[in-house]
Amino acid sequence: MHIPDGFINTGTSVVTWVASAGGLSYAVRRVNQELGERQVPLMGVSAAFIFAAQMLNFTVVGGTSGHLLGGALAAILLGPWAGMLVMTSVLAVQALLFQDGGLLALGPNVFNMAVIGVIVGWLTYEGLRRLLGDRAWGQVAAGFAAGWLSVVVASLVAAIELALSGTSPFGVVLPAMGAVHALIGIGEGLITVAVLLFLRAARPDLLELRQVSSQA
Amino acid sequence: MDWIRKYWWLAGLLLALALALLSPLASPHPDGLERVAEDQGFIDRAQNPPFQVIADYLFPGVENEAVATVLAGLTGTLILFALGSGLALLLRRRGNEPTLDR
Repeated sequence: MHIPDGFINTGTSVVTWVASAGGLSYAVRRVNQELGERQVPLMGVSAAFIFAAQMLNFTVVGGTSGHLLGGALAAILLGPWAGMLVMTSVLAVQALLFQDGGLLALGPNVFNMAVIGVIVGWLTYEGLRRLLGDRAWGQVAAGFAAGWLSVVVASLVAAIELALSGTSPFGVVLPAMGAVHALIGIGEGLITVAVLLFLRAARPDLLELRQVSSQA
Repeated sequence: MDWIRKYWWLAGLLLALALALLSPLASPHPDGLERVAEDQGFIDRAQNPPFQVIADYLFPGVENEAVATVLAGLTGTLILFALGSGLALLLRRRGNEPTLDR
């Protein structure tokens, strides 16, 4: 879902750059108040893992592929604020070093995947966990829904930006982006759940770091 | 197993690097946005980047495409580990808990 330069007009780019900068500066302040010592390596590992996993495209249908975005996963592991910073780091390195996603388009890409994707993943996961309690299947359902919805909503926001830029009409690009990302989101949900179950079995304390640190 | 409890982050980093090793196996098909851009005929609006560093996840100067992809993946994974940890070190909360000097 990395938008190259040329798809988004200057006005839409500026708006998303400003919105992203606002979100990120708030995120920096929150991380500054909340991030505990033990979360330092978790932030590094999350950024590394999400970058590597994003390279692994999987085929969905009709000669189309998708890959993990990781916004929901980052939010679940680190909370939304550190999660936003991790996703922004990944997107910035991809744009500057790997020419994946445009430079002007880094604004929309950060807004879609690091701000919207993380917030939607976070709200979905927290809401469902509260509803379903601390059971394993509750975590599975919440993780899957968070992954799926974060991708679908991010793709719809990207579609709105494309339409506002005059690149493709609303009525065309909105359903097209939504449909293909409803499929890609299944992969996102499955990978998110797999990582959560792995951590639940191997290092459940890492899943609790966030709660512990926000209570401290 | 004690080392893995203490150095779990190293195990996590190794896992991420292992994923990067798998990158040549990734699906070569266009992603969701590229598919829509091709189908709806706006793919040609994409502009070429003004500069290229490790464009297309191919490490420059390496002939073998799989090796170039793996090198690009390992490079990016290490950079993001450093960037993520560095940001966290810089921004972490201080003062009200014992800090580990490193």
